[in-house]
Formats: sequence, structure tokens, C-alpha cells
Amino acid sequence: MSKVIKVGMADLNICKSPDIITTIGLGSCIGLTFYDPVTKVGGLVHYMLPDSTQMRNNSNIAKFADTGIEELLRRVLGAGANRNRLVAKIAGGAKMFQVSGGSNVGNIGERNALAAKAKLRELRIRLAAEDTGLNYGRTVELHCETGDFYIKAIGRPLKKI
Amino acid sequence: MGKFTLEEVNDTYVDVLKEIGNIGAGNATTAVSSMLGLRLDMNVPKVALLEASKLGSAICAEDEIIVGIFLEVQTDIEGSMMFLLKMDSAQFLVNKLMGRESGFQKEFDEMDLSALKEIGNIIAASYLSALSAMTNLVITPSIPYIAVDMAASILSVPAIQFGQFGDNALFIETEFGDDVMINGYFILMPEQDSYDKILTALGLSV
Repeated sequence: MSKVIKVGMADLNICKSPDIITTIGLGSCIGLTFYDPVTKVGGLVHYMLPDSTQMRNNSNIAKFADTGIEELLRRVLGAGANRNRLVAKIAGGAKMFQVSGGSNVGNIGERNALAAKAKLRELRIRLAAEDTGLNYGRTVELHCETGDFYIKAIGRPLKKI
Repeated sequence: MGKFTLEEVNDTYVDVLKEIGNIGAGNATTAVSSMLGLRLDMNVPKVALLEASKLGSAICAEDEIIVGIFLEVQTDIEGSMMFLLKMDSAQFLVNKLMGRESGFQKEFDEMDLSALKEIGNIIAASYLSALSAMTNLVITPSIPYIAVDMAASILSVPAIQFGQFGDNALFIETEFGDDVMINGYFILMPEQDSYDKILTALGLSV
């Protein structure tokens, strides 16, 4: 029997086969997963903002791309994942309201997605797949038995990346 | 950088914010009443202060579909505001506005969404005009934007806005109606400096 581990907003956790790790209703936030296909260890972070260094109050590390991704990496390695085999996948970063112009609300999703890519480049971890942008919410699930990353959205077919 | 933060609010500030919510929601209820030609009663709004990261499940299950109407505000205060409705309340309002039977239910089409956007716009604007009258500040709303999606996805927008300044968020729940009660939720998201302006304008030292 596999169990389902739920990750909230500004939260992260790890997962081992045969379990499933999920986060519900990603909007402009990003859900980033790491997965090692040999040890079948994975993890998920649901962060809200791209950069902790821009903030006065940055004590919650899972809230930011930079600190959240680093902490997730530390946790999956601690759980037995091999760094050289790790693959990353991301989803979310939507623009929930079609606000015109370059306001913060308009582009935060995009900035969140770019922050993931920059951090992964710095860590030299491959981004295997992504489903980001557009204007709708996403619920995601990483199945640690297979490494499949499922994306559910309202009125859209189930997607596997 | 403004001095006021939601991390260290005291009872006076919560009372003030509650009062703004009260008057704003009262104004909004009157506007909806006259638009729909209904007599509507309103309950005292509830103000909730909670962790921004918990906003996604604050009004219903995270994956429940809700309606969000979003406006940006500018001039004397900068920021944005949001008005949220659960699906049954949204359907009720659309039915009233479209002159349908009250039990009517179907997926919203373009016309329904446009009607809903207009209702949301009127509600949000009357809330803002109450705030403007109380503070003597000029508050100009943008055009309204609408989203119908999972609660957690829609609420990620205010969670992120609040999340930039701290870990807390504030929202106001109102209930109005006659035979059927409608639950609406207001979220005002001023930029940091604008909190100070609002409170100073109301005669509170920051």
C-alpha cells in the first residue's frame, strides 16, 4: 500500500517508493520535484517567491526558490538519493489573473519558474520536464515508484510529464 | 519602507481594519441590493488574521472551485484587492442578475462570467469607496479580472502578495442575503507604505 504525503504552501517534504507526494492547487507558486530513479527517492517543494535575499523576513526557507530548492536537495540526499542521478521537474507558475502591464501580480509566476531554472543550473541538476505558465491552477503528484509526475487541472485532461 | 506590519498588530488595528471591512461590506451589500432589486440583510463581518501560507484552505477545501475577482488599486494608496465567492453564491448572483430561476445550475459561459465580473467589480468598488470616504484618500481601481479555479490556486495570489512582507495575511468574511445567504470574502492587499497611509489617515499613529 502506498501512502500519500501532502505538501502545503511554503512547505517541502521527501518521499520513497511506493509512496506518492502531492501538493494541491498550485497557482503562481511552483512545485519542484527531485527524483532519483535508482533508489526511487523523491521530494517536493512548494515555494511562493523567487528570491529570499530580497526579503526582510526570510526565516521560512520553503517559501523561497533559492533556499527551498537547496533544502529539498539536502533532504533527498540525506534520504539516500544520488546527486548525479537526480532529475528535476517543475509545474505551476501560472498567471491567475490576466493583469496587464508588468506588475508584480502579473509576472510573479514567470519569475518563480525562472528562479527554479537558475537555481538548477547553479546546482547542475537537469530539468527533465516542466508544465508552467498559462492561467490555471494545477494539482501535482510525484509517484516515487515510477518517477511519473502527474498534473491535474480543472477541465483539462490528466497530464503526465 | 513602511512601519506597519501584520506580524505585530494590536487589537486597536484589528478593530480599525474590522471597521473598514464592516463599512465597506455594508456599502457593497447596498450596491448589490439595488442592482438586483432585492432587500438584503448583512451579518457583522468576520476579520481573520492568519498565516499567508494557510490562505489556500482558509475559506474552503483547497481543491474546491471558487470565483475570484481581482483589481489593482492606485493613486494615494497602491496595492490590490480581491473579492471571492464560493460557487453556489456565484451561481445565485448570476441567476438573479440574468433573471433565471434561483435553482438553475450550469457551467458559466462567457456571458455569465462577464456578469459575475461586473457584480464583483461593483462590490469591490463600493468597498473601496467606503475606504476612500473614511480616509479621505483617493483610491482608483483598475478594471476587474476574473478567475474560476481551485481555491488554493486563486488564493496563491494574495498569499504571495502578503508573503512578500511577512508571514501573515488578513481577510474579511461577509454574509449577506435574504432567504439564501451569500458568503463573500474581501482581501485588501496594500503595499507596505500604504498601510501606514491608511492608518495615519484614520488618526492612528503608526
